[in-house]
Amino acid sequence: MTPSGVDKETRSMMLNIGPSHPAMHGVIRLITELDGETVLKVEAEIGYLHRGFEKSCENSSWTQSIPYTDRLNYVSPLINNFGYCAAVEKLLGIEVPERCQYIRVILSEISRVTDHLTCIAASAMELGAMTAFLYLMKAREYLYEIIEEVTGARLTISYGRIGGVKGDLPAGISGRLEQALKRTEKEIVEVDKLLTRNRIFVDRTRDVGILTREDAISYSITGPMARSTGIDYDVRKAFPYFAYDRVQFEVPLGERGDNYDRYLVRMEEMRQSIAIVRQAMRDLPGGEVQVDPQSRHMSSFEMVDEAKMGRTAGFTQVISSVEPTLEGTEEPCHGLVNTSDKKVVLPSKSNTYGNIEGLMNHFKIIMNSHGIQPPRGDAYMAVEGANGELGFYVVSDGKDRPYRVRVRPPCFFNMAGLHRMLEGGMVADIVATFGTINMIAGELDR
Amino acid sequence: MAIDSGEGPGFFTTRLESVVGWARKFSIFVYPFVTACCGMEYMSVASGHYDMDRFGAGLPRFSPRQADVLLVVGTVSHKIAPLLRRIYDQMCEPKWVVAFGVCTCTGGFYDNYATVQGIDTIIPVDLYLPGCPPRPEAVLDGLMKLQTKIQNQKQTLYPRP
Repeated sequence: MTPSGVDKETRSMMLNIGPSHPAMHGVIRLITELDGETVLKVEAEIGYLHRGFEKSCENSSWTQSIPYTDRLNYVSPLINNFGYCAAVEKLLGIEVPERCQYIRVILSEISRVTDHLTCIAASAMELGAMTAFLYLMKAREYLYEIIEEVTGARLTISYGRIGGVKGDLPAGISGRLEQALKRTEKEIVEVDKLLTRNRIFVDRTRDVGILTREDAISYSITGPMARSTGIDYDVRKAFPYFAYDRVQFEVPLGERGDNYDRYLVRMEEMRQSIAIVRQAMRDLPGGEVQVDPQSRHMSSFEMVDEAKMGRTAGFTQVISSVEPTLEGTEEPCHGLVNTSDKKVVLPSKSNTYGNIEGLMNHFKIIMNSHGIQPPRGDAYMAVEGANGELGFYVVSDGKDRPYRVRVRPPCFFNMAGLHRMLEGGMVADIVATFGTINMIAGELDR
Repeated sequence: MAIDSGEGPGFFTTRLESVVGWARKFSIFVYPFVTACCGMEYMSVASGHYDMDRFGAGLPRFSPRQADVLLVVGTVSHKIAPLLRRIYDQMCEPKWVVAFGVCTCTGGFYDNYATVQGIDTIIPVDLYLPGCPPRPEAVLDGLMKLQTKIQNQKQTLYPRP
C-alpha cells in the first residue's frame, strides 16, 4: 500500500478474443495476457473448423477427394485443386499437356488475385476502411464471373482433374477475361490511392506486427508473409511447376516484415499475377487431339452398324459424334486438354455415349474399386498457394482410395508464428496484425 | 391484412400486427456467424454487387443482443456447436435463424465424426438455404422468403398486454 492508500500492485489481465468475434474470421480463439494495453502473451486455439479432410479423403476415391480440396482454402480453391491433382499425377508419373498447364497457370493466378483481394479487403475493413472493402469486393466479383464461366461455379469449383482439367476454356473467353482484368486493375488502383499513402492506414500498419526474418525461417513461414521480411522464396520460382518457368514475373520482397510490407507485397503480387495471366493467355498453345491422331470422325449410328457387323478395328481411336440432345456432346474438350492416359482421364462425353470402348473406359474410372489406382508409393507436390507453400503428400497402397492425403497448409505455420508478431505490441493491433496473416480456417483446421 | 391469432383479434390489433410485421421485415439486423466457405458468398451478398441493403438487411451486428436474424454461415463442427447455442440463447426475441449453406442444413458432404449434421439439431431454424455455397441470388431469394415469413407470422408485441 502506498501512503495515499491506493494499491499500486499491478496484475496482468487475461483477455479472450473469439471464437465468435468479427475480426477472428469466425473460428479462432486468441487467449491473450495483457499488461494494461500491452500484449504479454498470446495463445491461439485452433480446430473450430476441423472437418476431417484427411480422413474423408481416405474414405473416398482419388477423384472424389477433389471436392474436399476446394474447401481447404476456400478463397483460392483452384490452387488447391491443381495442387492435389499435380501430386497424384506425380505419383502416377504422368504429364499433363501443355495447354492444360497453361490453363492451370491462368486459373491459379486469377485465384491468387481473388485471395489477395479478399485478404486486403478484410484487413482494411478491420481497420475501418469500409470503402476499400467494397471496392475490392467489386473487383473480386469480376473475377468470380470469369471463374464461373470457365468452371461452372463461383467458389467451390472442383475444376481440376487428375490428368487435366474439367474442360477447355470456353470460346471467346480471352476478351471477357481481359475486360475483367482491366476492371480489376482499376479497382486495385483506386484502393492503392485510398490506402497506400493514407496517414491513418500507414500509422496503423507501419512497424506493427513485425515478423523477423529469423522467426519466419524458424517457423517455416512461407508466402507473402515470408517475402515481406525479405526472404526470396516462391515455389513458382524455386521449384517451377506447370508452366511457371515459361512466364516472366517478379517476386516482390519487403524489408521490415510489418503489416504495411505485407500489404504492399500482396498488392504487388496481384499486379504480377495479372501480368502472368496476360502472358499465359497470349502464349496459350492449341490443344492436341489426343484421342485420334488421324482425326477420324464417325457418327454414332454408323459406328453401331459397323460394330454389329464385327468391324471394330481401330474404334478406340475414333471420335464419334452423337446427335441426340445430350448436353455437352458437342464439346470434345476433355480430349483436347487432358493427358491421353486412359486409366486416369474420363473419356469425352461423345465417346462415353457414342461407342462401347468409351463407355467401358468411363465405367472403369467411375465404378467403385475400379477407379484410378496409382502404384504403391508416395509423392509430395508443393504449389505456391496464396498464403505460401501449399503441399500435398499423397500415399498410395495401390488401391483406388488414397492411403493417406496429408496437406501442408501454409496458414498453419503462419498461425504458429502469430504470437511472435503480437507479443510486445498493443492490444488494438491484434486485429490489424491478424488480418494481414490471412488466416483461412478451412486449411488451418482441415 | 387478416391474421389469425386464435383469439379473434379486433380490427385495430390486426392492423397493428401488420404494421409491426412490415417494420420488422425491413429492419433486419443480421448476426453473421461465419465459420467457413459460405462466408465468401456472404461477403459477396453483403457488398455492393448484390447488396443485401436493398432489402433492409445491410447492417451486420456483431453482438447477438443487437441482432434479429442469426445467419449461420458455414460448417458447424462439434467444437463450435456449444458456442452457436450460446449465441442463439443470448439473442433477444423476436429472433429468426437462417441456415446458410448445405453444411448447416444437413451437414452436407461432411458426413463424418467432426461435423454437426444440421444445425437444427441444436437450434430451431426458420429458413434453410441449401447450396454449397448458395449463389447470391439464392441468398436474396431466401431473404425475401424470410421477410414474407416475418410479415405473416403472429407478432409478439412488447410490452406484452
